Amino acid sequence: MESIRDRVAIIGMGCTKFGERWDADGIDLMVEAAYEAYQDAGISPKDIQAAWVGTVGTFSTGQGLAEALKLDYIPITRCENACATATDAFRNACYAVAAGIYDIVLAMGVEKQKDSGASGLVVPRGPSSDVEPPTPPPAQFALAATRYAHHYGIPMDQLKRILAKIAVKNHHNGTLNPKAHFQREVTEEQVLNAPMIAWPLGLYDCCGVSDGAAAAIIVRADWAKNFRDDYVLVKGLGLAVGGKQGLLHDDYDFIHFPENIKAAHIAYQEAGVKNPRKEIDLAIVHDCFTITELILYEDLGFTERGRGPAEVEAGTFTLEGELPVNTDGGLKCFGHPIGASGIRMIYEVYKQLQGKAGPRQIKKTPRLGLTHNLGGRPGSFTGAVAIFGRRD
Amino acid sequence: MPGILACGAYIPRFRLGKETLGWGSPQEKAIANFDEDSVTMAVAAAQDCLRGLDRSQIDALYFATTTPPYLEQQGSALIAEALDLRPSVFAADITNNLRGGTIALRTALDAVQAGSARQALVVAADCRMSAPRGELERSLGDGAAAVLVGRDKGVAEVVASHTLTEHMLDTWRTPQDTFIRSWEDRFIMEEGYQRVVPQVVSEFSQKTGVVPKDIAKVALYAPDARRHQDMARRLGFRPEQVVDPLFGKIGNTGAAFTLMLLVSALETAKPGERILAVGYGDGGDVYLFQATERVGEVKQNRRLVSRYAEAKRILPTYETYTRWREVWVSEAARRPPPPVPSVSALWREKDENIRFYGSRCTACGYIQYPPQRVCTKCQTADQMTPIRLAETYGTVFTYSMDYLAGTIDTPLVVAVVNFEGGGRWLGMMTDRELHEVRIGMPVELTFRKLRTVGGIHNYYWKCMPVRA
Repeated sequence: MESIRDRVAIIGMGCTKFGERWDADGIDLMVEAAYEAYQDAGISPKDIQAAWVGTVGTFSTGQGLAEALKLDYIPITRCENACATATDAFRNACYAVAAGIYDIVLAMGVEKQKDSGASGLVVPRGPSSDVEPPTPPPAQFALAATRYAHHYGIPMDQLKRILAKIAVKNHHNGTLNPKAHFQREVTEEQVLNAPMIAWPLGLYDCCGVSDGAAAAIIVRADWAKNFRDDYVLVKGLGLAVGGKQGLLHDDYDFIHFPENIKAAHIAYQEAGVKNPRKEIDLAIVHDCFTITELILYEDLGFTERGRGPAEVEAGTFTLEGELPVNTDGGLKCFGHPIGASGIRMIYEVYKQLQGKAGPRQIKKTPRLGLTHNLGGRPGSFTGAVAIFGRRD
Repeated sequence: MPGILACGAYIPRFRLGKETLGWGSPQEKAIANFDEDSVTMAVAAAQDCLRGLDRSQIDALYFATTTPPYLEQQGSALIAEALDLRPSVFAADITNNLRGGTIALRTALDAVQAGSARQALVVAADCRMSAPRGELERSLGDGAAAVLVGRDKGVAEVVASHTLTEHMLDTWRTPQDTFIRSWEDRFIMEEGYQRVVPQVVSEFSQKTGVVPKDIAKVALYAPDARRHQDMARRLGFRPEQVVDPLFGKIGNTGAAFTLMLLVSALETAKPGERILAVGYGDGGDVYLFQATERVGEVKQNRRLVSRYAEAKRILPTYETYTRWREVWVSEAARRPPPPVPSVSALWREKDENIRFYGSRCTACGYIQYPPQRVCTKCQTADQMTPIRLAETYGTVFTYSMDYLAGTIDTPLVVAVVNFEGGGRWLGMMTDRELHEVRIGMPVELTFRKLRTVGGIHNYYWKCMPVRA
């Protein structure tokens, strides 16, 4: 098996303002993201040879992207893989370029969610016997929080304070990001006193529901310098898909998610990362819930098992910390337009590696940045990890 | 003579009682949870009855109720499936009659006597509703009873019986009515219950020569506590002969009532004792049973009336009860409406959903629910044997409590359950107290109604804290 390392590069990216975009439909969002990416790359729509669009419920085929961007009879593939949809669309686009089939392609992620009229996330489902418990995502991830506290013998009050610190951190980072949906600080007290959504997770333990889109222009690595000097190289792409093992195996523990570990292992190996804690300079991760972020600190090897809470207390993952996580505010502040989030994460790493992240630019000059995108529920995930680096 | 081989009961966990805010009666009554109905309670009573018994001997099932979930659709067929009875079982619903329990008993005894069934299971359950605040509401209760009848000598033998059939509009309900209707109290008592019951009992006495002093216990139907006391006295029974009618505790459980009292009597009966059971509704039924030396077996592994009656919880408010019955309609969470379940999927998945079969891999032995084609452990394909998990106990591995799922009983407790002996399942928890839910909690499964959409009652299993 070959590695993706240094074979493709990102030469342009775009990201819409995320939020309750009552002013925009899915097409508007894609136009907004794509034209920022074109401009950033210095290319025209005519240059795009093929495209991948990640969307779960907004468009059913690749034609939505063609219609939005008026692309000229090029191949477009719609990609869907739960909440890791956008990362997978990006990944497939990278592979097509790495295979030498195309020189320059577009990867787009988009979701228009706020038109459903319901609160919370609405995921379309086909007809079924409908006997499974109605478990919106908070109830599913709360299963992991309950078990985490039990497993490590942490009183729930104490775990909730740790989780609150994660929410406070991400909200703080979001205040520095004009594209984020939520741009206000929250305090630990606010988080702890918020209404309960799915015990033990309160309102601020959950990410919001938003609309948004993000786009990346991917080229052969040896071509990238023709477009810009500060292009960003793809160093590793890992994807691991679960088959419901957690709900079938009675020894699955709910405090670590094997899909994260497998996906990270693949990506680290491709990128040549031996010690993620030391080598990864920043990470944008799938904080759909605060407990998810806590668990994946451990899954991604940022800290040892069970050490997550101590690292949170120590401020390791803050903007000023040793390994800043979710410098852009994360899903907590961007919300989670399912098909868009993965590429939105890449957008932040891309900007940070270029030193263009503005007030939230991390202090040291980053060499490697990581994105982590997770879809599904504890027990069965699509885990996606991508690693990016500056050119040497 | 055919006899009773085993019996069981089910009484819902919840009660309205003097602590219930807004109820206004010192009396208690059992009320089904929002996810229970006559079918689910019948399944629970039958499970109690059949605990530890071989179900392959059951050739017939009779389900008696005045409150069937469907006017067209067989409740007994669903109950047979949930109990994992053989597909060749004969199943019949006996509905529309308050005396349904004793009618079903007669049908079962006849089938066994005639030889068309080796064993016949009678389940009676009711969940009758009267208008809120009505007199009837105080006396009615929800519950179920089950009796297994067979040719072999069981715990009690049937000695004699007598029946009277007479049409009477005393209480009634049309398909359009939610609540029971009734005619003037004095008329329906004097010309109905208080005339018919003495008549059928006296005819029975004349026929058999059996008089009250020959009887150890009487399981006597009555519409309410006062009428019960009057009737027992009028028939010549001394208070110590009278089986506690459960008024003020459980209430009048309709079609299940007489059988419930019979079960109650058998719980404490001594060998040789005779029990008279009297049912009423469009006539009357009288049965005389005699306990055998095996009567003590009634209690083996079973909860029966006594243990179910004790394991209770008083509902804090009457409002909660009216919400459960959808008499009080509250604003739902702003979530999409639930989809109409696919009937073809329900049909295809009946072994998984109703019989609650998981699968065990014959290659590696791993138990998994729902049943899998390819083993989740060893990846061997199509080497599975079905394994019923409905009677398997489990423990809570982890759980959460959802405040937004839009259930009547918020929060919805979702639990990951590990079964004793292997296998895991993610399901809903019912009949729970929030403060008692914890990791490691022992749970059992209970057949419940998830929701009704598009006129389809969707039944499935939930877990609940182990009862009594």
